Amino acid sequence: MSLLELKQFAVSYGGIKAVKGVDLQIERGELVCLIGANGAGKSTLLKALCGLLPVAHGSVLYDGKAITHQPAHLIARCGLALVPEGRGIFGRMSVGENLDMGGYSRTDRAGIKNDLERVFALFPRLAERCKQQAGTLSGGEQQMLAMGRALMSQPRLLLLDEPSMGLAPLMVEKIFTTIRAIAQEGVTILLVEQNAKRALEISQRGYVMESGTIALTDAAEKLLTNAQVRHAYLGE
Amino acid sequence: MDSAGDRKAVGARFIAPAPLRMDIFLQQLINGLVLGSVYALVALGYTMVYGILELINFAHGEITMIGAMVSLAVISALVGTGVDMPGVLIALTGVLTAVPVCMALGYGIERVAYRPLRHAPRLAPLITAIGVSIVLQNGAMLIWGRQYIPFPPILPTGAHDIGGATISDVQIFIVMLSMSLMAALMLLVQKTKLGRAMRATAQSPQVASLMGVNVNNVISATFMLGSALAAVAGVMVSAYYGLAHYYMGFLLGLKAFSAAVLGGIGNLAGAMLGGLLLGVIESLGAGYIGDLTGGFLGSHYQDVFAFFVLILVLVFRPSGLLGERVVDRA
Repeated sequence: MSLLELKQFAVSYGGIKAVKGVDLQIERGELVCLIGANGAGKSTLLKALCGLLPVAHGSVLYDGKAITHQPAHLIARCGLALVPEGRGIFGRMSVGENLDMGGYSRTDRAGIKNDLERVFALFPRLAERCKQQAGTLSGGEQQMLAMGRALMSQPRLLLLDEPSMGLAPLMVEKIFTTIRAIAQEGVTILLVEQNAKRALEISQRGYVMESGTIALTDAAEKLLTNAQVRHAYLGE
Repeated sequence: MDSAGDRKAVGARFIAPAPLRMDIFLQQLINGLVLGSVYALVALGYTMVYGILELINFAHGEITMIGAMVSLAVISALVGTGVDMPGVLIALTGVLTAVPVCMALGYGIERVAYRPLRHAPRLAPLITAIGVSIVLQNGAMLIWGRQYIPFPPILPTGAHDIGGATISDVQIFIVMLSMSLMAALMLLVQKTKLGRAMRATAQSPQVASLMGVNVNNVISATFMLGSALAAVAGVMVSAYYGLAHYYMGFLLGLKAFSAAVLGGIGNLAGAMLGGLLLGVIESLGAGYIGDLTGGFLGSHYQDVFAFFVLILVLVFRPSGLLGERVVDRA
């Protein structure tokens, strides 16, 4: 049984059919990327999956259970964490409080403390700035915080929406390295990226999305050598 | 408050103004702080709801009135039965009845009147709020009548002298209770899980829900907390002035709203500062308007100051004293 399975998943957004019947599976422990041009419907798909937008049609099976029309907070409590596009950190709260919010649904104090150590080991910068107001962090630090906050919920499936967007090249490298490290710890990841090359390089499988549908899906290394993908998304 | 006499005396002084008397000044300051701490409690309810929903809950003043009415009903009933209880305890029983009633009312208003309009244009819930306010006023009038309801003389009448000014036991009690409630609210908002969820929801309801926060519950809790404070404030006002009336929530609500805007709406510390400042401005204004206008205007113009302040703030600093930006949601 797949960890996540979308069947004929469709979402309307602002009167437009942004996602038109997508089928997608993610197995436990996989790192899968979803690439595609701006406006292909990638972010809309993630938001609807998490309950932030209504699903127009189709179903979402998570761990074998249908979560299709559940409210966002209940989906989050199942162990599905979205790092939203634009990071969505709480700017007027401290870095530490943001991380606390990540563990909001948990009650195991020892586990929370343990995961906090883990996040600080992954992002030492966050430990240094724990008391600082999150809104004063740089873009890269905010991305680290958003990812660290998602990890605090002990996710079984981590959804990353454009984590490298707007970051300096060095920080982009750091973020991709970290995504791979998180995957190696056993967290299943669905990565949505416009930086198709880097995304495919660290993923096992990839989906290519075009105007609301899945145009192509294959093992990541095959997509990297696919002439069509190279032409359309890798700029070659 | 013998305004006619005041005016004559002031008129006589018009040519050679009398020096500022410290004891009178101090008295106005004390009165202002007492009134201000009540405004602050009510202003907190406006600001908390605005912070999370960007909605001005114009029915909030009416909740204060209901709090006063319910507690007075309980207090009068207890006094009527001739039960042998200390006055303070009777008053406390009144407060402790009014608080849950108002919390239930606040919860109900949000569920019935605001939640269905959560995604409607902003004007719709504003009009509904005014509607709810009218319903509550008329409901209270049907239940308790149109007359002024006296607060039974059960509270201690002791008074203390500070530098020539007088502060009564009731005044001391009002200030201390307000300050403790405000401190408790700040602790709740800053240190507890619910408080964190409230602040997160105020910044982004969507992202808060991604953290597993049930945003609807947080909104309900916010309305209930604000209503609890309003209930206490209502009892304070009726104990201070010695009466309650079905229309009392209207002006009190508008003044507290002005206080919230003065401090920066959406900002808790701002609501407290705005409330205290407005109380002091009002009290000093009413006390000295006669002197300042040579007796042309008297202390019965007290109610004008809140709105004068509101207009000044809206013109010169719309974000209020402690507010950062007027719109800060992406």
